[in-house]
Amino acid sequence: MSLEALEVMLKSVMGYATPLILAALGGMYTAKVAVLNFSLEGIMIMGACMGCYGSWLTGSAWGGALFGMLGGLSMALVLGFASIETKVNQVVAGTGVNVLGLGLSIFLSSMIYGAAGQPTKVAAFSPVAIPGLSRLPLIGQMLFYQHPLTYIMYGVIVVSWFVIYKTPFGLNMRAVGDHPAAADSLGIHVNHLRWKAVVISGLLGGLAGAALSIGSLSTFQENMTAGRGYLAWGVVTVGKWNPFGILLAGLLFGCGEAVQMRLQMDGFHIPYQFLCMLPYILTMLVVNGVIGKSEPPFAMGKPFIKGEK
Amino acid sequence: MSIPVLELKGITKRFPNVLANSNVDFELQKGEIHALLGENGAGKSTLMNVVYGLYEPEEGSILIDGKTVRFKDPNDAIRNGIGMVHQHFMLAPRLTVLENVVLGMSKSRLRIGLHEAKAGVQALCDQYHFNIDINAKIRDLSVGVQQKVEIIKVLYRDANILIFDEPTAVLTPTEVEELIQTLLLFKQSGKSVIFISHKLWEVERIADRITVLRNGKKVATVEAQGVTKETLANLMVGREIHTDYGTLPEQHGPVMLSLKDICTTGKTRATSLKRINLEVHGGEIVGIAGVDGNGQSELGDVLIGVKGADSGTILYKGEDLTGVKTQLRLQKGIAHIPEDRIQNAIVPDFSIEENLILDSYAQPPFTRKGIFYPKEVHQYAQKLIEDFDIRPPLTHPLIKTLSGGNQQKAVVAREFSREPDFILAMQPVRGLDIGATDFVHQNLIDARNKGKGILVVSADLDELLSICDRIYVLFEGQFMGCFRPGEITYTQIGLLMGGQSLEG
Repeated sequence: MSLEALEVMLKSVMGYATPLILAALGGMYTAKVAVLNFSLEGIMIMGACMGCYGSWLTGSAWGGALFGMLGGLSMALVLGFASIETKVNQVVAGTGVNVLGLGLSIFLSSMIYGAAGQPTKVAAFSPVAIPGLSRLPLIGQMLFYQHPLTYIMYGVIVVSWFVIYKTPFGLNMRAVGDHPAAADSLGIHVNHLRWKAVVISGLLGGLAGAALSIGSLSTFQENMTAGRGYLAWGVVTVGKWNPFGILLAGLLFGCGEAVQMRLQMDGFHIPYQFLCMLPYILTMLVVNGVIGKSEPPFAMGKPFIKGEK
Repeated sequence: MSIPVLELKGITKRFPNVLANSNVDFELQKGEIHALLGENGAGKSTLMNVVYGLYEPEEGSILIDGKTVRFKDPNDAIRNGIGMVHQHFMLAPRLTVLENVVLGMSKSRLRIGLHEAKAGVQALCDQYHFNIDINAKIRDLSVGVQQKVEIIKVLYRDANILIFDEPTAVLTPTEVEELIQTLLLFKQSGKSVIFISHKLWEVERIADRITVLRNGKKVATVEAQGVTKETLANLMVGREIHTDYGTLPEQHGPVMLSLKDICTTGKTRATSLKRINLEVHGGEIVGIAGVDGNGQSELGDVLIGVKGADSGTILYKGEDLTGVKTQLRLQKGIAHIPEDRIQNAIVPDFSIEENLILDSYAQPPFTRKGIFYPKEVHQYAQKLIEDFDIRPPLTHPLIKTLSGGNQQKAVVAREFSREPDFILAMQPVRGLDIGATDFVHQNLIDARNKGKGILVVSADLDELLSICDRIYVLFEGQFMGCFRPGEITYTQIGLLMGGQSLEG
């Protein structure tokens, strides 16, 4: 492969990785407070749907991004209500949100765009080169010639790291994730904190969805997340509940995706379904072999009931 | 007397169907250690949770320094100088000592303020001679050290009334001594301590005054000086109780059970058994003492056959049991009171009667020719419930609705009704109140007097000293020594439990 081809491939890595990492960062917030966020798929698909609609409506990709975030938020609120207030099994709650999100997005699309179910022309983000840095050999294009949502993702990573490890909010979140009753005994409101985390995950997951529909593409398709939400929760785990870990895990998966696309284009004599498995197999290998033991927050998935041990 | 730092007047707290506290008065003086004594369910914890702002009482008032206060949540209590060291530690395991101490106390939204807090926390540790690495993560610390972190957490919030909820339950004898020294330091520096306990000896030793609760009511407040254990026990239970079973006539039956050179691979090196040799005769109670996590559970598992030994043999009445399945061991006459009641002894969501036949449901008269006869179960259960005084005396409620003591009575009823020749009792009175404890001990002693062999594994040394004929001390999977109660001193036993041999 020529150097140029490699550069192109690396550039595509970030396109795949951006939505995944954004969603995973959202998932990380709920994970930190021990809410099992199995609903990222539903949050992302609504983000993609509303992102496309917002862009179509306002004529601006930024408008789309905003709509996408709100779309994601709406799904997250369902999750929050089910898992924090009514305290149902969080896997069931998450799966419910996913089914709801998928169905609702299809329904809304056909309502909005008519029988075709797809808009004709939608404003999308276009790549922006960062002067100087994008000229770096090999990785310049990959890191610094991307659409704005990728740059936002960089920012979210750094800010999240600071929030989680350096602020009282983050310390409280980590305490709630491991020992909610301890936090409660010191006057920290466990469920308030969980709601905040769920809201953040909705906004970021929605933005991730928008990155799919109006980031590299400019359309909404039925089930266009295709399991990326589930994968994002995997990225949270592989990234060990740490923003920078999530960045690496997301890039790893993006690489797998980029390589398999490349192999498909090269007309490799393997059924393409096998190639499509590549990123997933890669992830599984890494999970099992390389990253070592990764422990989730200890109270994961358990609703908080005051006074219960 | 001066104005009490804390006074409770006529506190009444109701829960659905339960009157947890009924018109309770209590007062605490500056520099006093005041013990709150009572059986499980007597209302001690409820009363303290009222003081700590976790519950609001229906009636009554709380006075701090003579002024009436009302607490909406623990924050209010903390602001009024009240701190609580919980029985189940309230520490986030993966945060550091320092982070746990400052949790919830940051003044800025952007900065935790760890750096500023460091000196203050360290100073507190030094003041009370706590040797704690404040940058260590909680989960890397021993239980005893974790308790010290809890204490520091409370002190850092400027508490001058400290509530300790059954603090010695998880400590080794040495750690208990350290805790007592710390409490005396508090007293000297003018802080007041409320000490919740159901252990008579420690209350007698530590407290200045003792308030006894029974069935949610205050029975008496007495000066600790000069009060006897018997008086306290009677106040607590409301009837005559023996705390001392007396020296029992020695009797030596045939060897019921013997372990020869048993070795296992446990979860850690400390829990792996290393060449364990043990004999239990008919008509004796043998105790296994030691701090939890030194191979006790392994020993129980191997004996009952849940886990195989790497090497060595188990003989029961001369018959080789090594490799024999658990069910068969039970049928041969081994009874087992498991260590963890909820996990291994009962099925919480089954009824009382179902739990009473867990070992025998497939046998006649309950199952005949493959058909199950619930009526037989019902009659059988009614008899056991009566014989073993299980309350409430009903067969159908789910066993999880019973108190711990009554659950344990049901376990004892089931196991003893099999007419066993050997009884393995793991932590048989853990979490039980004095009445239920007495019941279980009395049953073990009766069985002993009938010539059964009994092995009791317990972390509670006082328990073993009061009922056992011989006691082995287990440390890191090895026996450190064997003695009869009264042969060696408490301190020497403490040394054995800490892994030091007495010779040399």
